[in-house]
Amino acid sequence: MHSSLSLSFSQATAAAIPRPNFAVDSLVFAQSKPLNLRFCGLRREAFGFSPLTKSSSLRVCLPARGQARGKISASVADNGTAPKSFDYDLIIIGAGVGGHGAALHAVEKGLKTAIIEGDVVGGTCVNRGCVPSKALLAVSGKMRELQSEHHMKALGLQVSAAGYDRQGVADHANNLASKIRSNLTNSMKALGVDILTGVGTILGPQKVKYGKVGLPDKIVTAKDIIIATGSVPFVPKGIEVDGKTVITSDHALKLEFVPDWIAIVGSGYIGLEFSDVYTALGSEVTFIEALDQLMPGFDPEIGKLAQRVLINPRKIDYHTGVFASKITPARDGKPVTIELIDAKTKEHKDTLEVDAALIATGRAPFTNGLGLENINVVTQRGFVPVDERMRVIDANGNLVSHLYCIGDANGKMMLAHAASAQGISVVEQVTGRDHVLNHLSIPAACFTHPEISMVGLTEPQAREKAEMEGFEVSVAKTSFKANTKALAENEGEGLAKLIYRPDNGEILGVHIFGLHAADLIHEASNAIALGTRIQDIKFAVHAHPTLSEVLDELFKSAKVQAHASTPVSEPVAV
Amino acid sequence: MASQFLSNATVSSPFSSSRPRLSPFVFSRLPSKPLPKRVFIVRSKIREIFMPALSSTMTEGKIVSWIKSEGDKLSKGESVVVVESDKADMDVETFYDGILAAIVVGEGETAPVGAPIGILAETEEDIAEAKARAGSKSAAAAAIAPSPAPPTSNPAPPISQLKPAPAPAVPVAEGPRKTVATPYAKKLAKQHKVDIASLVGTGPFGRISPADVEAAAGITPSKTNVEPVVVAQPTAPPKAAAAASAPSSLPPPVPGSTVVPFTTMQAAVSKNMVDSLSVPTFRVGYPVTTDALDALYEKVKPKGVTMTALLAKAAAMALVQHPVVNASCKDGKSFTYNSNINIAVAVAINGGLITPVLQDADKLDLYLLSQKWKELVEKARAKQLQPQEYNSGTFTLSNLGMFGVDRFDAILPPGQGAIMAVGASKPTVVADADGFFTVRNKMLVNVTADHRIVYGADLAAFLQTFSKIVENPETLTL
Repeated sequence: MHSSLSLSFSQATAAAIPRPNFAVDSLVFAQSKPLNLRFCGLRREAFGFSPLTKSSSLRVCLPARGQARGKISASVADNGTAPKSFDYDLIIIGAGVGGHGAALHAVEKGLKTAIIEGDVVGGTCVNRGCVPSKALLAVSGKMRELQSEHHMKALGLQVSAAGYDRQGVADHANNLASKIRSNLTNSMKALGVDILTGVGTILGPQKVKYGKVGLPDKIVTAKDIIIATGSVPFVPKGIEVDGKTVITSDHALKLEFVPDWIAIVGSGYIGLEFSDVYTALGSEVTFIEALDQLMPGFDPEIGKLAQRVLINPRKIDYHTGVFASKITPARDGKPVTIELIDAKTKEHKDTLEVDAALIATGRAPFTNGLGLENINVVTQRGFVPVDERMRVIDANGNLVSHLYCIGDANGKMMLAHAASAQGISVVEQVTGRDHVLNHLSIPAACFTHPEISMVGLTEPQAREKAEMEGFEVSVAKTSFKANTKALAENEGEGLAKLIYRPDNGEILGVHIFGLHAADLIHEASNAIALGTRIQDIKFAVHAHPTLSEVLDELFKSAKVQAHASTPVSEPVAV
Repeated sequence: MASQFLSNATVSSPFSSSRPRLSPFVFSRLPSKPLPKRVFIVRSKIREIFMPALSSTMTEGKIVSWIKSEGDKLSKGESVVVVESDKADMDVETFYDGILAAIVVGEGETAPVGAPIGILAETEEDIAEAKARAGSKSAAAAAIAPSPAPPTSNPAPPISQLKPAPAPAVPVAEGPRKTVATPYAKKLAKQHKVDIASLVGTGPFGRISPADVEAAAGITPSKTNVEPVVVAQPTAPPKAAAAASAPSSLPPPVPGSTVVPFTTMQAAVSKNMVDSLSVPTFRVGYPVTTDALDALYEKVKPKGVTMTALLAKAAAMALVQHPVVNASCKDGKSFTYNSNINIAVAVAINGGLITPVLQDADKLDLYLLSQKWKELVEKARAKQLQPQEYNSGTFTLSNLGMFGVDRFDAILPPGQGAIMAVGASKPTVVADADGFFTVRNKMLVNVTADHRIVYGADLAAFLQTFSKIVENPETLTL
């Protein structure tokens, strides 16, 4: 294989430089040179292309990147069986943050990579998720500061009449999304990742079809395939989304209007962030949560503190333990109506009349039309089943070789950076290094004001685990009130919480609520990922005065029985 | 939440400061036994545990968790229960030894400050009696809890409610009554002890808005902090506060009169008019010759152009040159220059008044504007105007000329900088510079403006521009 290729290369370079068609080269080569057995497959296919017209049509299918590392373009023809040689080493279906992370790492590892995208590069995160929402939250954070007369006065500042221009705010979010999108696109192009436009469908093992509506489909093959198709907002039945008064996060991020009163269904990350945006822009908010308390999924103590800071003093009320069974958009001069039923008894409880409703009940995997039936994979509630190495599992419980699924589509951890980490893990595996991602080391953050962040287990989870495995759990906490930098910013509200094993100093979970919590969590998540113990990390030095000292204090306040593992290292002259 | 307590045990000192161990319960004796004043001497067998006041603003507390369960022995200084106030969770400890005989208010439930939450018995023999008492307590509590706030529309000042009645808690448990109040309105009502059921909403769809609650509580809205900063103020000081408290001093109604409550629209008008008293306004009049305009009107009338559209367009074009007249003063400290010129036009509608808004009147051409106006009027009649179609105005036009009114004085709507009152155009004898008399159609235009931002010279210049445009109306059709 390699010898053939190097010859093909030399021929190509010997000929005129702008080589339009290397398929022709290999064809010529195949006819003129004797071939050894390893080349059989190649030769058969090469002969198949002998008319020149056909080979040029092949070139269309293979975006002209002839010289890339030794894969001969081949298998347009045969169906069913896996192709013997491949157009690409790796094809990623879906150019979101997960696919992008995987593609970049694949190029670094020397793989010839293509990425198929049916919509816009960047996926949910960049276009309809984390990125534009951060633009809105940046605005809401500043509005909050400017509106808080008390806060400003305490700093000795005077600001009159903070106002905002809705279109200007919306443009900021949109501009940010397009900027990040072009950054993403350029970074992949610059590295030589082929971006194939169209909806990708798996035809069989190692074979993918892609195409746009109205254009003929094209078929490409790859040694390994990663599904990274992400998710779409989940809308429970009974809710009619009209995109104007009953909306999902997709619409809300465009900020086409700021209602006086908006109901937010679901009080997870998305709902919470939007409540921060809407209340800062002057809306009143009503949360509708199916579970018995707001902010399920957060550590209860953090959730409670967050509720005290983010919900109670703001223009927010809430209904818990209820489902929104029916939501009708505003029309005929009537407001949006929301029917609430008890989550347990299903009895009608209340009817709300509001100006708008945002559905933030989570996200559903986007796996329809992926052609999973062609490889005998059955989704579970839409999620692609995978093992801990992201290898896809088929209907019989067997692994599908050379097929992986990362990100929201597998539902393991629906976070952009988790998808990216999973993608990198897959690339490590296909390049010969076994790798299992530790999901407990992946941090998560909610960008309210102040922010909430977490990594690892919550306290109840840790205690449950401790009970099962028979170890002790301790908790340490520090307050932002004691941090110089936080006080300088006049933002002393906050709490950092460490859940750990006192016997060996293992960090089980860290939860932070306070100024810049999302940036602070990484010291903890890195420690978990690298297996650093508290007794070691407490000797690490933090610049003073910084917010990172909150964590420093947190580690130092933990009572660990084990002693620092590394003895005093050699003194380093300075 | 037991975890909270467990964790607390291992917490190091820096944090514990934010969740202090608290001073003891308020213990009291049961009223059944007559007691002398020196409490600690008397041998009481059964004590009630009261909901403590953990902060100066606390009116009610939620039981996060009972650290002790019924039947547990308590010794002085031990934590018994974790209470959540409006500020923090606190461990509350006992001052007395005894046995926790009964828990009256369970975990997750809420009780007003001072209400019994548990019963403490001194000895085991007293437990039965204590339990009996607890039973009656919780039955009473149950009887109170589900009943909503007094539904009778009680016009008495809400402050008279001395008992911390189960005010509408934030997790709303509304009964069958259909009162719609916004989240902030509910919060304010709770804070100011206003019975929300007694209010009439003036917000969109008749809902109770924060402003309604503030009005009922007799407080001025916290946002519009209008301080008379400008010294050269020719007009009266704000009287909003006086107006709000006025109802109490009204004379009794004349016998035989009928009282018809305001419709939602009328209530909104009333509120706006009272609010307008807080703005220092002044008026400037100007005669405008309309012969050319009338001639133009005759020409474009067949194309569906109305006089309203012509005047709105003329005003919009004049406003382009005088942005300050299109500005507004929201907080008494700054100018808010509006990026759009949205002309609101006052329209009488049976029993009410509404101001549909011609948005971007400077940018639309006359014919589009006329069409838009027709649509708006139809919508207004059908009561289908969307909020942004009647409240986004930056300048208002009111025309009573068609009724023969020759001049009038308009009230400046809150949130706008100026309003123009247009009278009828009438043939008037005028003398020109050479002393020749002619008859010209003249109409009187009277503009009311907010003197905090618009000064006399501004208005004069604006009216001059407006008059020039009306006298040379060809530009209107461009």
